[in-house]
Amino acid sequence: MDFLRPASWEEALAAKAAHPAAVPIAGGTDVMVEINFDHRRPEHLMDLNRIGELGEWEVGEESVRLGAAVPYTAIMEHLRGELPGLALASHTVASPQIRNRGGVGGNLGTASPAGDAHPALLAAGAEVEAGSVRGSRLIPIDAFYTGVKRNALAADELIRAVHIRKADGPQQYSKVGTRNAMVIAVCAFGLALHPASRTVRTGIGSAAPTPVRARTAEEFLNAALDEGGFWDNGRSITPSVAQRFAELCSAACNPVDDVRGTAGYRRHAVGVLARRTLAWTWESYRGTAAAEGGV
Amino acid sequence: MPVKPAVGTPAEVTQGSRTGGGVGESTLRPDGILKVTGEFAYASDMWHEDMLWGQVLRSPVAHAEILSVDTGEALATPGVHAVMTYDDLPTGVRTYGLEIQDTPVLAHGRVRHHGEPVAIVAADHPETARRAAARIRVEYRELPLVTDESSATAPGAPLLHEDRADHRAGHVPHPNVVHRQPIVRGDVAAARGRADFVVEGEYTFGMQDQAFLGPESGLAVPAEDGGVDLYVATQWLHADLRQIAPVLGLPEDKVRMTLSGVGGAFGGREDLSMQIHACLLALRTGRPVKIVYNRFESFFGHVHRHPARIHYEHGATKDGRLTHMKCRIVLDGGAYASTSAAVVGNAASLSAGPYVLDDVDIEALALYSNNPPCGAMRGFGAVQACFAYEAQMDRLADAVGMDRVGFRQLNAMSQGTVMPTGQRVDSPAPVAELLRRVKAMPMPPRRQWLAAGEQADVRELPGGLSNTTHGEGVVRGVGYAVGIKNVGFSEGFDDYSTARVRMEVVGGEAVATVHTAMAEVGQGGVTVLAQIARTELGVVRVTIQPADTRVGSAGSTSASRQTYVTGGAVRNACGLVREKVLELGRRRFGTYHPAWATAELLLEGGRVVTDGGEVLADLADVLGDEAVEVEEEWRHRPTEPFDLRTGQGFGHVQYSFAAHRAVVEVDTELGLVKVVELACAQDVGKALNPLSVIGQIQGGTVQGLGMALMEEIVVDPGTAKVRNPSFTDYLIPTILDTPDLPVDVLELADHHAPYGLRGVGEAPTLSSTPAVLAAIRDATGLELNRTPVRPEHLTGTA
Repeated sequence: MDFLRPASWEEALAAKAAHPAAVPIAGGTDVMVEINFDHRRPEHLMDLNRIGELGEWEVGEESVRLGAAVPYTAIMEHLRGELPGLALASHTVASPQIRNRGGVGGNLGTASPAGDAHPALLAAGAEVEAGSVRGSRLIPIDAFYTGVKRNALAADELIRAVHIRKADGPQQYSKVGTRNAMVIAVCAFGLALHPASRTVRTGIGSAAPTPVRARTAEEFLNAALDEGGFWDNGRSITPSVAQRFAELCSAACNPVDDVRGTAGYRRHAVGVLARRTLAWTWESYRGTAAAEGGV
Repeated sequence: MPVKPAVGTPAEVTQGSRTGGGVGESTLRPDGILKVTGEFAYASDMWHEDMLWGQVLRSPVAHAEILSVDTGEALATPGVHAVMTYDDLPTGVRTYGLEIQDTPVLAHGRVRHHGEPVAIVAADHPETARRAAARIRVEYRELPLVTDESSATAPGAPLLHEDRADHRAGHVPHPNVVHRQPIVRGDVAAARGRADFVVEGEYTFGMQDQAFLGPESGLAVPAEDGGVDLYVATQWLHADLRQIAPVLGLPEDKVRMTLSGVGGAFGGREDLSMQIHACLLALRTGRPVKIVYNRFESFFGHVHRHPARIHYEHGATKDGRLTHMKCRIVLDGGAYASTSAAVVGNAASLSAGPYVLDDVDIEALALYSNNPPCGAMRGFGAVQACFAYEAQMDRLADAVGMDRVGFRQLNAMSQGTVMPTGQRVDSPAPVAELLRRVKAMPMPPRRQWLAAGEQADVRELPGGLSNTTHGEGVVRGVGYAVGIKNVGFSEGFDDYSTARVRMEVVGGEAVATVHTAMAEVGQGGVTVLAQIARTELGVVRVTIQPADTRVGSAGSTSASRQTYVTGGAVRNACGLVREKVLELGRRRFGTYHPAWATAELLLEGGRVVTDGGEVLADLADVLGDEAVEVEEEWRHRPTEPFDLRTGQGFGHVQYSFAAHRAVVEVDTELGLVKVVELACAQDVGKALNPLSVIGQIQGGTVQGLGMALMEEIVVDPGTAKVRNPSFTDYLIPTILDTPDLPVDVLELADHHAPYGLRGVGEAPTLSSTPAVLAAIRDATGLELNRTPVRPEHLTGTA
């Protein structure tokens, strides 16, 4: 196994072009586990830790450009206001030691349905900035996950950053595991209210071959909120609407039975999380709207 | 050939301070700071110049005939120094086992479980060894599986061991039964007739792993005399030695074993793992060989706790008196015997729990199957039974209409109670008192997640920082349980320990050296042995020698026995040393003071004093240039085997008791559980080191919590393969899953035991699991007849 240590982004892209099978490593959350368990023995491992810009972020007008290797700890500490859903998700990643090393780029590179960041990215709305010697492009998050542990990156591409829309309303994130910390998701759910566009977006983790949005549920809820004038009148969401939303989120799952949980449990739990996170975000929205005198 | 310090446990640590540090004080562990700062040398940290790395090739299937093994390509790999299979074993002794020698050193023509060792490789780099092992070509023809009682005993069932000749073979109902122990006492039919309520239950207990953090590891160094020096993390050096030497074809004095740093054991290091393999490769290559399992391999490298199917029937009268009990406990022992027979003996003899039951019909047995081998784990057969009989007690109390604690107290055993085995309990058995104490502890406040203000503190809620509830669906439950565990090896086993104690003057001060083969696996034995020496010999400085086989056997660090038995041996040896020292004193100074001849003399504070407190001499002056040394074996009182048909017999040395109260918050919609508090009351006879005692009780309690909520090796019933051999999917409690653990320690002396002590380590593991289950039942109203309980079981989505 050769260890490539590019000193700059350009060097990294050149190395990746020369060795398309090279596996990039930053925090090593996923890669080191695979190597330790002998599941993977790549010819080339590419250490990205010398490329400082990958650990930086910029807060723009519309979005946050988050370097691929910004550790979860930094997201929790510095971006809670801009990216509340992702900050909550970051809290649930593994242990403090791993949160100090791991970042969203690794989650995206692995593209496991169980990656903790995905539901938050799907709900917030994001684009993955991929680069290669051919140039760079932005891949919408909805088009990024292409199969079980597969993503839309070309063989010569590396993830440079993620552009995540800044929160314009309350966001929530919940994850079910069979212990209270340091656990891989049995299922996870992200929800973001976007009052500016009067839409709701969702993200489901560990309950389908890829991270998915519950689009039918979103459409139902967007229509129901619109019809009832909820965005303006700030009323509590009726239980029947919340219930239908939860059912549609469950229906968006396509889970498997595995050693971490049954398919039936995952569908059930996603429904419960959808109902709860909707209540939390909506009550928060109502509170904010009332405080601003908007309702 | 210098070995880089293979120590760690207990590295010639000199302990003590001017404050005494004797029996009853909370002296600190000599290895404590090293462990919490990450500097302690565990077995896996050992290194030797020129050493090779050993690697085991294991079976990918659970049951198969081996048609061929081709090692050619592996041997041809550059850097590989040896590849060995069954055919390369040096002697006719090719199996081992703690009780029944049925475990092949390397598979011979057949594998019986997933992960069974087939071949071993030594290479100059671990990666090379791993790659070479993967190049060994093994052709398997899969065979039908035995996975449970029905497939084990069905007509025409494949036999795991066709030609059994072990001493149990003639007494079992089927060759796929390792051992069966019935216990019959009283008249169950008549007693059943007096019952106003009869409660039956069927219970399932999952396969728990010891999950020790330091994986199996050791270093074998070939010696010039043709022997081998083995540094290893184990629980019982001499039992290892007895099994290793014959396979190597060496006399026992040419296999010199030294304990290396042990990262936890809990029973999982009673059986051999890498010991013989490393020695074989070292002797074959003439080079030191180190073997370290990784986490994945560790799940295949040691036995687990027996999973069980358990059926109970209990009766009670209207006024709440137990009438009778019938039970059947079927333990799955997996492919090889390990300690299954002794686990059966415990499960049967302790199946009545700490209750008065004069009319019982009990049967416990262990199967041979193609599942992973099971053997010793903290609680040893008593854990499975306790989970089930405590569920029965709650159901009986409910049927009678009594308070669940009150019902237990009414039926609690006490000193003088006769066990189902006919053994009269002849020391304190404060079962009702322990329940009273644990119930009397203040209850944790409700809705603690709102303590900080309006925002819910999710750390106080089920799901924790995963943020699954802010209080929705959360219901509190409270549950109680109590258990009984034996201490020491039972059923007539010659359960002795050996201690060598030396006293001499070093730097003008009398110091004691204690040498035993006791494996320090974290239990605190090194602390306690030094405390005993200080108390008995009146010295401040005590050196604990590394444990090795240059001194006689200390027996196993299991069955809650080391403080009792090796502690007893050290106290006994110290007593003999004291007599010799006083003899020396009388010879040297007897003429100067009449008290040398007439008074009761003690060794205190480095001096010889009379029982009236008069100082006769400094120990340093008494000893002068002489060293006094004694090595003696020490035994607790003997036990006897259980009768094979009736189960009667004085089988156990001592009993220990603990009671728990669990308080849980259950998210009833998601099936997630937060244990808020797990309080324990335990009688320890005498706390030799109160801090260690509390640590043991808290550790055992949390291990039981793990069994209640998350710990289970999942074996695929279709393939008998392990599905979760990693800490990613075999979950153990984190600190965020660990609740407040208040402990109430009771000290009622057992006059048969040294200092009146009672073994501590296992009892809290028993009652913790059923207490948590009872609390979850209380919160949910669900029956929950299996452990661990998973979110699926609480939400009807299993």
